Amino acid sequence: MPGFPFDSVDELQGALGEHSYLADRGLATAIYLSLSLGKPLLLEGEAGVGKTEVAKTLSHLLGRELIRLQCYEGIDASQALYEWNYSRQLIAVRAMDAADAATHVEDLFGEDFLVERPLLAAIKAGDRAVLLVDELDRADDEFEAFLLEILSEFAVTVPEVGRVAAQTPPAVVVTSNRTRELHDALKRRCLYHWIDHPHLDREVAIVRARAPHVSESLARDVAEAVARLRELDLAKLPGVAETIDWANALAFLGADGLTEPLAADTLGAVVKDHEDQQLVSARLGQVVGEDG
Amino acid sequence: MGERTTVPGASGGGPLPPLIGLGRDLRARGLPVGTGRILTFVRAVGALGFTDRDSLYWAGRTTMIARRDDVEAFDEAFDDWYRSLRTTDDLRVELNMPVPAPEDDDEPIDRGPEPDDLEVQVAAASEWHGVDDDEEVEPGDESSIRIVASGAEVLRSKSFGELTDEERERVAALIRSLRLRVPVERTRRTRPASKGERFDLRRTLRRSLRTQGEPFDRAWRARTARRRPLVLILDISGSMAPYSRALMQFAYAAMAAGRRVETFVFGTRLTRVTRTLRTKDPDRALHEIGRQVEDWEGGTRIGESLKALLDGWSQRAALRGAVVVFCSDGLERGDPELLKIQMARLRRLAHRVIWVNPLKGSPRYEPLARGMAAALPSVDVFLSGHNLESLEHLASTLGS
Repeated sequence: MPGFPFDSVDELQGALGEHSYLADRGLATAIYLSLSLGKPLLLEGEAGVGKTEVAKTLSHLLGRELIRLQCYEGIDASQALYEWNYSRQLIAVRAMDAADAATHVEDLFGEDFLVERPLLAAIKAGDRAVLLVDELDRADDEFEAFLLEILSEFAVTVPEVGRVAAQTPPAVVVTSNRTRELHDALKRRCLYHWIDHPHLDREVAIVRARAPHVSESLARDVAEAVARLRELDLAKLPGVAETIDWANALAFLGADGLTEPLAADTLGAVVKDHEDQQLVSARLGQVVGEDG
Repeated sequence: MGERTTVPGASGGGPLPPLIGLGRDLRARGLPVGTGRILTFVRAVGALGFTDRDSLYWAGRTTMIARRDDVEAFDEAFDDWYRSLRTTDDLRVELNMPVPAPEDDDEPIDRGPEPDDLEVQVAAASEWHGVDDDEEVEPGDESSIRIVASGAEVLRSKSFGELTDEERERVAALIRSLRLRVPVERTRRTRPASKGERFDLRRTLRRSLRTQGEPFDRAWRARTARRRPLVLILDISGSMAPYSRALMQFAYAAMAAGRRVETFVFGTRLTRVTRTLRTKDPDRALHEIGRQVEDWEGGTRIGESLKALLDGWSQRAALRGAVVVFCSDGLERGDPELLKIQMARLRRLAHRVIWVNPLKGSPRYEPLARGMAAALPSVDVFLSGHNLESLEHLASTLGS
């Protein structure tokens, strides 16, 4: 495969690890297949399990530019693909000589006035980029249909300028938090991987990799406590991001292990819902692993 | 799309039948695995180049399913399939298989598409295009109920529990013909409008070109409106038996109210039946649900079922901002305290919570059941749902 420097899943997994992203076999396989088959990778999972981080790590790993399209409700083509710089155009029009304005109109729609948005930038960059379409579930159906079109063609026609097409499509990572189901048509085009919360040992390793100043013993204490938290009946389960935050917060306070008072002081770094906090506070000893 | 139209191995024989076999097994388990997915799977196995169990598993899981809920079914199918593969020792054959070149589309010509598959594709396509119908709706629509022929007047007020079989059929048809309207909400998406709250620079500039660059004629954009999600939660426990089938018909009618409609049923545990209800034939849909649901006419655990819904679906089923219709008699076997907490959670997420209780049809009814009493503080509208008339009322209440 052109520009694809890995011969096996293991090799890719190792390379991701060197960039502090510890992927399990399933995720590494999904990434490997996405790159070698040239299909977008659709990642779903609870908040904070490292979906976005996959694209960031991939861009470092491949030495490509990361182009990020953050989706939100109401996003449309002019915010995702391109837009004209209307204010500049207006000024240019005003500055024109009224007599030959008509002949200058086409100048108004040249590259100078074109504002490039992430999708157009990704099409132009082609395989020099990793395109991250983040939280696609926040956009609405219409945008999803539009994105599907872009993802199948990797070409776009700007009426006033002409057709822009990618020589080789960029690597594409799409993430979703599943606030709604994505359409089957889009899913069919992608490879799919659900990222789960990592197992204890992996989580310890992730904390160590992401926050090197956190001691091994603290990392393990925190990971164990988070694992217990995930077994409680919480409305919002802490993700890996929370584990790292919590370890960071504790390390900042000079802790070398997790105790109940320390946990009580720093609970806000890991449990971020009022009712969940009440529930956890009542069982803090159990969570920290001090009694029972 | 182009000249490359054959599925590798489609000619029969060759090394691929075992791989395709997995796709068929998955389909047999009801997973929507189309030919395109199977093709991607074949390519994935080719790309991985070797065939230990793990690679095959992940190659299959990344390419053939696209939903976390399908993982379990996939795991089972994969185990069975892999075991059968071992005995025939077909594995090594795949090793030297050429990697089919990338296709640019995922709807290849197929070896005689199976009717199920076609149906899925057609359904997906029609869902995809069914946009205009319920998206750009002006607010303030009147709720419209089809007027029921006067001969049916008696049927309208007769409780579902007292209907004869023949009447039941007629009422079912009438319920299915109810038209439901869900209220609209304003979205952040905008469209051009003669009056609006946002200035439209793009169109203003275009127009200014006609007037030598003087922006005399200003253009505006306004926010669009769309239908709110509708979520139906139906109690199918034993005590609801006389009513639950009628309510299922109502759920069937509700599916026509827009694309963002979800239906769940529960007795002791929660089951999502939205996909099944999307079938064209209501009798088949209901029959299918009867098969799916294990706890039809069993006990009731309202609080736990609601909790399962909120935990698993509050993100996905778009409960946020939804109109929620909860149909139950409130005879809770579980802990009413749990129900109370979960109802409060639901109330915070949803736009409106409507509780339909068939027992309320009786003039002497008072919501004294512990479950009902626990739920009521979080209910916006409390209705009866014991006969056709009350369901008509429900249909018109939805839109207000």
